[in-house]
Amino acid sequence: MAAPIALHLEFGGGAELLFDGVKEHHVILPDQSEPWDMKQLLVWIRANLLKERPELFVQGDTVRPGILVLINDADWELMGELRYELQDQDNVVFISTLHGG
Amino acid sequence: MCQVDEEYNGQLEHVATPSVSKKCVKCKESTAVLIIRAVDAFCRCCFKEYFIHKFRAMLGKNRIIFPGEKVLLAVSGGPASSSMLSQVKEGLSRDAPKKLRFVPGIIHIDEGGASGQSMEDRRRAVAQVESVLRSSNYPYHIVYLEQALNLPSSVLEVGSSATEKLQTGPSYKAAVDQFIQTNQNLHPDLFLENAWSHLSSLSMQEVQNGLSNPITPENTQALQRLFASVRTLTAKEDLLQTLRQHLILHTARTEGYTKVMMGDSCSRLAIKLLSNISLGRGASLAMDTGFSDSRYGDVVIVRPMRDYSSKEIAYYNRMFDVPSVFIPGLDTKAQDKASIQRLTESFVNKLQTDFPATVSTIYRTSEKLHTACPPQNTNSPTFDKCLMCACSLDTNAEEFSAFKATLISEQLSQRRGPGPGLSLGTAGAPGPPPASFTGQGQCRSSDEGQRQGCGSREPGCCLSAEMPATLDLKSLLCYSCRLTIKDMTAVDILPQYILAEAERKKRRSHMRKEISEFLLEEEDEAKTS
Repeated sequence: MAAPIALHLEFGGGAELLFDGVKEHHVILPDQSEPWDMKQLLVWIRANLLKERPELFVQGDTVRPGILVLINDADWELMGELRYELQDQDNVVFISTLHGG
Repeated sequence: MCQVDEEYNGQLEHVATPSVSKKCVKCKESTAVLIIRAVDAFCRCCFKEYFIHKFRAMLGKNRIIFPGEKVLLAVSGGPASSSMLSQVKEGLSRDAPKKLRFVPGIIHIDEGGASGQSMEDRRRAVAQVESVLRSSNYPYHIVYLEQALNLPSSVLEVGSSATEKLQTGPSYKAAVDQFIQTNQNLHPDLFLENAWSHLSSLSMQEVQNGLSNPITPENTQALQRLFASVRTLTAKEDLLQTLRQHLILHTARTEGYTKVMMGDSCSRLAIKLLSNISLGRGASLAMDTGFSDSRYGDVVIVRPMRDYSSKEIAYYNRMFDVPSVFIPGLDTKAQDKASIQRLTESFVNKLQTDFPATVSTIYRTSEKLHTACPPQNTNSPTFDKCLMCACSLDTNAEEFSAFKATLISEQLSQRRGPGPGLSLGTAGAPGPPPASFTGQGQCRSSDEGQRQGCGSREPGCCLSAEMPATLDLKSLLCYSCRLTIKDMTAVDILPQYILAEAERKKRRSHMRKEISEFLLEEEDEAKTS
């Protein structure tokens, strides 16, 4: 019974290369009975947004080691990582730390 | 714990984090936004303080940078070096409490030629980086990797350390005073406040490296040919690293910088440590991953970001709007097993997620590494350094070392060419040329004294200015540079300055051998006295 959720996704640090170079995405997750959590979001991103090389972004259930996830500008480890339940208008940022500088 | 197929799943259950937000461990008031080192939760302000303080502490603890010194910041545009730039800006700003006092300049190297980017993409990336650099108001130099092909061979010489005497002084203060005095004598008009006014009077146009686009398509093609001749990605990355170092060194020397700051983060250095061991660079680990790297003598490379994990850097850049530019490199989108460096990176990152102390343990181990300095051998200072990476040659091993064993097995497994026969037990000689390297018309002499092995068409080629055979190059290189060269299809594609310097060293070494009987050795003097 969850209403469709509007999210603002951002990709940085090189992760945008896997999404055709587009850094910001406004997406609306469709209706579904259980609330959306991060795990399902990753599955959804892999199916709908990821343009190439899924293994460079998602590994198994979670993101690839080396990709930092921020939910509303806070570390996702503080929010419960994959178990965090998404709210409407949340801002989720994926930053790849795999290229030095 | 070390069994191959032991299951860890049961023991690694994450403790359920409470949904109530955690408090910052430092100020205990505000809500935490970030977890560092797996347990410490920091709020935004405390994190900013912690980040800035670490930078100052790193510079202050290793008292290497003197006030008024010219320091070159190597900014590739990526997160770590952009963060370093913002920290330098912060530290040098007028209202910082104990402001840093050195004179910075910036260098950015455009490596698009090696990674096969189009001119359009390169121009765009360079423009983006330039706008970031311009906003810092420091003099900057934009250098193209193609320019590495035209470097003078003097870049491979190890300069004498200008600050050697200073560092042996009793205290940092004394060293600083001495530095100030020497500098004031040398450049009375380029010091401290004068340095600042001098910098501001320099227009950016004067400082920028020549024309806006000094490279031609021929240069780019030559560079691409060089990289195409290297068969493995591992060797390509190694070669790129070497060329980059040489370019930075050359710019630092010509523009008068005595220190170079690189933006290697803790995670990157941990990966570098492990991959260097795999590459055969174990002998120079302390220099490659330590805080200061003084192998070039007159220019010292420092790494002030080596205490920051890549998570902290990425987070700081995001929270405090530090601009950085992503430029794809050689190993972008490469598979995990494409090169040793990539494999190590994915290994360390994977291990880090399950065992968050991995990177810091490796880092602390690297801190304990020091190079045992061999006694200053004044007889042959120039011959003890590797031609390409300037670290001490580790290949003059004794007769029964593992290194000699690998050489012998290499000899045995190659088909021998029709060169002069060499007995297996020859100490010091690297063995007959491997079949794959003898090109047409190349001199096959592997012993410099003998001329009968010379199969070249030109007369007297062993001592002439012709290109040396591959074999000669190998004896000037350390073990890992030899491996890199081995992966190249043809050595004469190497940039001219490397080949010229190799030739010069070979001639010198030959000359030294010829007159060695007449040289007074220091030990002989001691014995007779």
